Amino acid sequence: MVVTVIGIIRAHNLFAVVMLGGVYSFLMATVLVILDAVDVSMTEAAVGAGISSVLLLAVLHLVRMREAPLRHTPVIPMIVCLLTGGALVYGTVDLPPFGEAGGPQNQHVAPYYIENAEHETHSPNIVTAVLASYRGYDTLGEVTVIFTAGIGVLVLLAARRRREDDEDEQKGGAA
Amino acid sequence: MMRDTIILRVVVKLLLPAILIFALYVQFHGDYGPGGGFQAGVAAAAAIILYGMIFGIPAAKQVVPPSVVFVMIPLGVLIYAGTGVAGLLLGDNFLDYSPLGSKPVYGQHLGILIVEFGVLVTVSSTMLAIFYAFGGRADEADAAEEARKDGEGGS
Repeated sequence: MVVTVIGIIRAHNLFAVVMLGGVYSFLMATVLVILDAVDVSMTEAAVGAGISSVLLLAVLHLVRMREAPLRHTPVIPMIVCLLTGGALVYGTVDLPPFGEAGGPQNQHVAPYYIENAEHETHSPNIVTAVLASYRGYDTLGEVTVIFTAGIGVLVLLAARRRREDDEDEQKGGAA
Repeated sequence: MMRDTIILRVVVKLLLPAILIFALYVQFHGDYGPGGGFQAGVAAAAAIILYGMIFGIPAAKQVVPPSVVFVMIPLGVLIYAGTGVAGLLLGDNFLDYSPLGSKPVYGQHLGILIVEFGVLVTVSSTMLAIFYAFGGRADEADAAEEARKDGEGGS
């Protein structure tokens, strides 16, 4: 994965960048399988590697294939990235070890779910029971977010198209 | 986009039913195995998008017309929220599925299935709608490119 990321940073051909992004997503999906999160892995493979690659390729079709030359030195973005990354790593230091049975993440509501999910919802898959029933509000919110995102993208694209129709041509569609 | 490659066409035709069946399996088996509405929706949308890539977006739009997609996006949210309201009307809390069945357990199970179906509807149609939007623009750009084939000042 590290090699892929370095490749993405170094590559100047955007087509290669999109493909490497897909490779990264598949690697991420493999990691998630190892972590026993098969459903998240399926999502990552389908969305990250599949659909988003297709969408990015469609966008590449509209813009040019080469990366635009930098107009300023990337020092400030670099500092922001390092600070954010450092803060995140610092935050993980205090987390209990992964998979520890006595850790607080496994002591709160998890035992209740494991004990009661099956006979309360008839769903042997506790993840589904939690997502759809115990945490139904959260999932409803998620669906609403997807709904809003989809509508938002559609409205943006439709608005642009109408404006382009009004203006007369002379616009390669590069946005 | 790639209408001339026979290998891709044949392979995709063979793969499509498998992908769609897998999506349905993930959907309706989601309460026993891994998966659920989101995964199934993404897989189903990916199948249609694959079809659109190989056979052209107009063909995909014949299979799933954009009007259907636009109805499906809010429909999924309404199915989900409606299930919650149904529980509310039957005298329980919002999004409590217990009163939907003869016994609370069956109600919960049924509620999960319906809610996951709502997720499937919204997720798959949203993905498709975005794909149609981008793909349609790419096609338009192609047409524009064909129209003025000259004077492309590359930098």
